[in-house]
Order: sequence, then structure tokens, then C-alpha cells
Amino acid sequence: MGSTLVLAEHGDGELKPATASAVTAARRLGGEVHVLVAGASHAVAEQAAALDGVDRVLLCEDPALADQLAEPAAALLVSLGATYAAFVAPATSTGKNVMPRLAALLDVMQVSDVTAVVAPDTFERLTYAGNAVETLTSSDARLVLTVRPAAFAPVGTGGSAPVEIVAMPKFRARARFKGESRTKSDHPDLTSARIVVSGGRGLGSVEKFDNILGPLAARLGAALGASRAAVDSGFAPNDVQVGQTGKIVAPDLYIAVGISGAIQHLAGMKDAKVIVAINKDPDAPIFRIADYGLVGDLFELVPQLEKALDA
Amino acid sequence: MKILVAVKRVVDPNVKIRVKADGSGVELGGLKMAINPFDEIAVEEAVRLKEAGRAREIVAVTVGTAQAHDVLRTAMAIGVDRGLLVQAEGPLEPLAVAKVLARVIAEEAPDLVLLGKQAVDDDCNQTGQMLAALLDWPQATFASKITVVGDMVEVTREVDSGLQTLEMELPAIVTVDLRLNEPRYASLPSIMQAKRKPLQTRPVTDLGIDVAPRLRVLKTAEPAARAAGIRLNSVEELLHKLKHEAGVL
Ligand SMILES: Cc1cc2nc3c(=O)[nH]c(=O)nc-3n(C[C@H](O)[C@H](O)[C@H](O)COP(=O)(O)OP(=O)(O)OC[C@H]3O[C@@H](n4cnc5c(N)ncnc54)[C@H](O)[C@@H]3O)c2cc1C
Ligand SMILES: Nc1ncnc2c1ncn2[C@@H]1O[C@H](COP(=O)(O)O)[C@@H](O)[C@H]1O
Repeated sequence: MGSTLVLAEHGDGELKPATASAVTAARRLGGEVHVLVAGASHAVAEQAAALDGVDRVLLCEDPALADQLAEPAAALLVSLGATYAAFVAPATSTGKNVMPRLAALLDVMQVSDVTAVVAPDTFERLTYAGNAVETLTSSDARLVLTVRPAAFAPVGTGGSAPVEIVAMPKFRARARFKGESRTKSDHPDLTSARIVVSGGRGLGSVEKFDNILGPLAARLGAALGASRAAVDSGFAPNDVQVGQTGKIVAPDLYIAVGISGAIQHLAGMKDAKVIVAINKDPDAPIFRIADYGLVGDLFELVPQLEKALDA
Repeated sequence: MKILVAVKRVVDPNVKIRVKADGSGVELGGLKMAINPFDEIAVEEAVRLKEAGRAREIVAVTVGTAQAHDVLRTAMAIGVDRGLLVQAEGPLEPLAVAKVLARVIAEEAPDLVLLGKQAVDDDCNQTGQMLAALLDWPQATFASKITVVGDMVEVTREVDSGLQTLEMELPAIVTVDLRLNEPRYASLPSIMQAKRKPLQTRPVTDLGIDVAPRLRVLKTAEPAARAAGIRLNSVEELLHKLKHEAGVL
């Protein structure tokens, strides 16, 4: 049984929880699990080394990797890759960017956004905006997988794997990082929050989105999410879009406010444990998958809900 | 500058698909088909670059059955100059599509290649990145803004933490996201005009590329259905249920 190399998800000098979910998926492949920390510091590597079930951590601090672009990351993975039977990354914007590039360099067909490891060579994934579940197997000599973090419970911590320094291969950059604009938020991270309050076009404006949903989310310690229509209309930033083409969440509680429930939205949240819908249209499709529905005007119901929480 | 756009024919995203009862796949017969929505955005962007005097020629390429002619005509109605259908029976996997596109690109020599970030049927989100690897070109995925400056392209990308801007040397690969632009409605005259634009067809077998699938789908199933929920009459009732029935508060 060959080993698996997991590409760590990190940012702001921290290992992200998605890495621990990817390790869970990697363990199911059966071999040793190594984690590559590319473009971060020793402190991040130590966090990866503490994950349960990790056998070894590889760290490359080379400045070429600092911006986590696809070209240097894929080149590094290829240079380390000769001995690995499988490569796994969480299906985050970094994983989705890097892993298909690696797959093509290895002449492997990637399995994208895996939701279950049925056997070491057999996987489940969703197609058609979550409307079909495929069980598939690969005939390639090696595996390249991205895995859906929301579908794999993260491993715990307590391990102490050795950290090994690895070198960056020769590389000429033809894409350069120029800048970024990051969304600042007082709310917890959307993909790992236990409760998500999500707003749609029904909110009407960015001010109402913030003033109506912000306090409820704060009161519940919830992350804020949004439909595509809300993001397109400028009510919420792009990185909180939930759905087929946004983020996939599976919180304990998802509260959909002024969201109609298009299939592309449902693809991102229908695995939430409990779904609440607040919508003035009794026929809105969101009610077909909601555990609890409130029909009415969100501008009355949401403030009432917030008040009732304090009672 | 010459731009090449890759477009795929998919089930219209507004149509709800049905899984075949025997688990052998998705029932596609008689469904309304359309250009992949992301690819339509890529076409619109290419046409805007041409209208702004940044591009000289736009070629649209699709890999698919003879029916995929219609998405090339859609692209030409928006403003693409000519179309190429690489004809294959049955769908190809993204790695095979990327190999076909790499061959076409070697012949066409475009400066910029635009693709959708994902096809809404397979939801793979791979082809552009694979193509960039095969060509050894730089890549910018999930673009929400594209600016061509001399022999460089600047791309703003939608990433998990917000927005990121990259600058790339041309030639380069860009995959586009939903907020890049809003595609125009093609006018009747431009739809008529599109019928007269050149459209070339080549069988994939002529390219000598191994396009055999690497993945084997053992079974296709409906996702587990959620049990129908209940309507409540007040926020108090909702809170009671969330605390005492669902136990999530
Ligand atoms: C390729 C593609 C990808 C897509 N990807 C995504 C995706 O990732 N995520 C996503 O969300 N969408 C996605 N979409 C868009 C999706 O199809 C829908 O258009 C979108 O989800 C609709 O957003 P909405 O529910 O906020 O808006 P609408 O459908 O307009 O619904 C607004 C709802 O608010 C209710 N409402 C209005 N006012 C009030 C009030 N005062 N009180 C209570 N209720 C009120 C209305 O009854 C209505 O049900 C995608 C579409 C395509 C084609
Ligand atoms: N058969 C195809 N023909 C032309 N372009 C394709 C084809 N399949 C995928 N693409 C392009 O690759 C993008 C991503 O597709 P995918 O990797 O399948 O999600 C699409 O948006 C298209 O631009």
C-alpha cells in the first residue's frame, strides 16, 4: 500500500481545519499519510504534525510558494511525488486551483470534490448540482483527489509526526501575485461554523442584509452566508456565497432568510443537520427541504426571532 | 491578440435532471441543452475584449457530438468569429478534453485562452488547470475581472478569503467565474449572421490522442432525500423546536 501526500490548507500563519478533514479522507486510502506544508512557517508545520494519523510532515518555506499559486505548488508536488500513490487536497479555492494542474502533469484524471471514500480505489462524488451521486473507480496508476471538507469529520490532535524540510525545484514564475482584498468579518468562518445564517435577494440591500442578519448571527455565534443573487446584488461579499459554485457547508443549523431555494443553492447546504427557512412565499422551493418553515415577512420575523432568543 | 474560448454543451441549468432507475446514469433524452453558463460568460468577455480593440480574432472550440454545433452558433451569435467542433461520440473526461484543446491550441496559437471555471453537468472544475499544465502556461482560475495590458494580463480571482489579483505573461489560461460579466442577449440579426460564420468539424480520431476514460462510474444514484419538514406559526414555536426537538440551540 503506497503512501498519500496531503496538501495542507493554511493562511495567516495557521493551519486551516480543512486540512484535518483531508487527512480523514487520506487515512481511508490505507497507506501512510504525509502532509505537505508549502509556503508557510515551521509553526504551521508543527500544527500539521500534531494531527492524529499523520505519519510525516514535509515543509517547504521557499519564497516562490509564499502566495500559494498553482504553478509553484504543482511543481513542488511533482518533484516530491515519485514515491506517492495518492495526492489529496481539500476542495478549497487553493486545492481546486492546484490539484488538476498536478493531475495533468502526472497524466492522471483527478476525482473532484469527493464526498465519500467507499474503498481505497472507489469514491462517491456529486454531479448536476448535487442531483446525482456517482460511485466511481479509477484505472490510473496513481490517484489525485480533492475532497469536500464538509463531508469528512476532521481528525483530532495529539500526534507528533516528524517534520522534514524539503527543497523547491527550479522554477520560473510567469504569474505574479499583485494584491488581494480580503473580506473582514466579525463572524466565524463559514465552512466550519456550527450555525450559519444565510440571506438572499429578499434582504433587498446591503444595509438591510447587515442590519437584519448581522445581529441575529452575532446573537447565535453564527457565520453569515448568502445566495448568489445576494452576492451578485452586492449585499454580501463573494466569499460567502453558498452553493454549487460557492462554498459547501454542512452546519448543525442553517437558517435561510429570503432565499427561494434554487437547486444551485441547495447543492451547497442541503447536508445541514437542521434547516430553517424564512420566506414570505409559501410555495418557495426552500420549504420542500426545510425542517422548519416560517412563512412571513423576514423584516418582521428576524427581529422577532432575535428578541425571542433574549427572552 | 487572438483569443480561444472553450465551450461545452450541457443540460440547461434550469432543468432538473432524473437519475435512471437502473443506476446506469442520468436520463438525458429530450432535455433542453445549452451552452455551459460559465462558458457563455467566457465568450462574452472575449467579445468585449475584441470590441475594446484588444483582440483581433476569437475562435470557439467545443469537443462533443455533432449536436454541439448549436453551442458554437450561440457563441458566434454573441460575437465569436469562427467555430471548431472536435467531434467525439459520447462525453470525454476533462483530461482528454484538455489534451484535445492543447493540440488545437498548438495549431491555432492564441495568446489568451478562456474557459469556464466548471461545467455544470460534471461539476469537475479541472479542464482549464489541466490545459495550463499540459501547455506549461500560467493560469488564473475563477476570474471576476480581466484586464489586458500590453503582453500581460491582469486577473482578479474569487478565492475563499475574498479577492486576489494576479499578473500573468501571455500566453495564459483564464477560467471565468459568474461575476465577470453578464452575457448579452444575442439580437436576431446577429443570430442570422452567426449562421454564415465559418464552422469547421474534425473527428477526434484524426488527432491521434488517447481519449479513453480513466474513471469508471459503477453506479449513479439519487441523493438521499430529506424528510418533509413542518410549517410553524411563530418564532416562539421555532425556538422551542430548535431547543427541544432538534437540540441545535
Ligand atoms: C451556473 C449557475 C451557478 C449558480 N450557482 C449558485 C450558487 O452557488 N449559489 C446560489 O445561491 N445560487 C447559484 N445560482 C443561482 C440560482 O439559480 C438562483 O438564481 C439564486 O440562488 C437565487 O437567489 P435567491 O434565492 O436569493 O433569490 P430569489 O430566487 O429571487 O429569491 C428571493 C426570495 O426571497 C423571498 N422574499 C422576498 N422578500 C421577502 C420578505 N420581505 N420576507 C421574506 N421573504 C422574502 C422571495 O419570496 C423569494 O423566495 C447559480 C446559477 C447558475 C446558472
Ligand atoms: N467537451 C468540452 N468541450 C469544450 N470545452 C470544454 C469541454 N469540457 C469542458 N470544457 C471547458 O472546461 C471548463 C471546465 O469544465 P470541467 O473541468 O469539466 O468542469 C468548461 O467550462 C469549458 O470551458
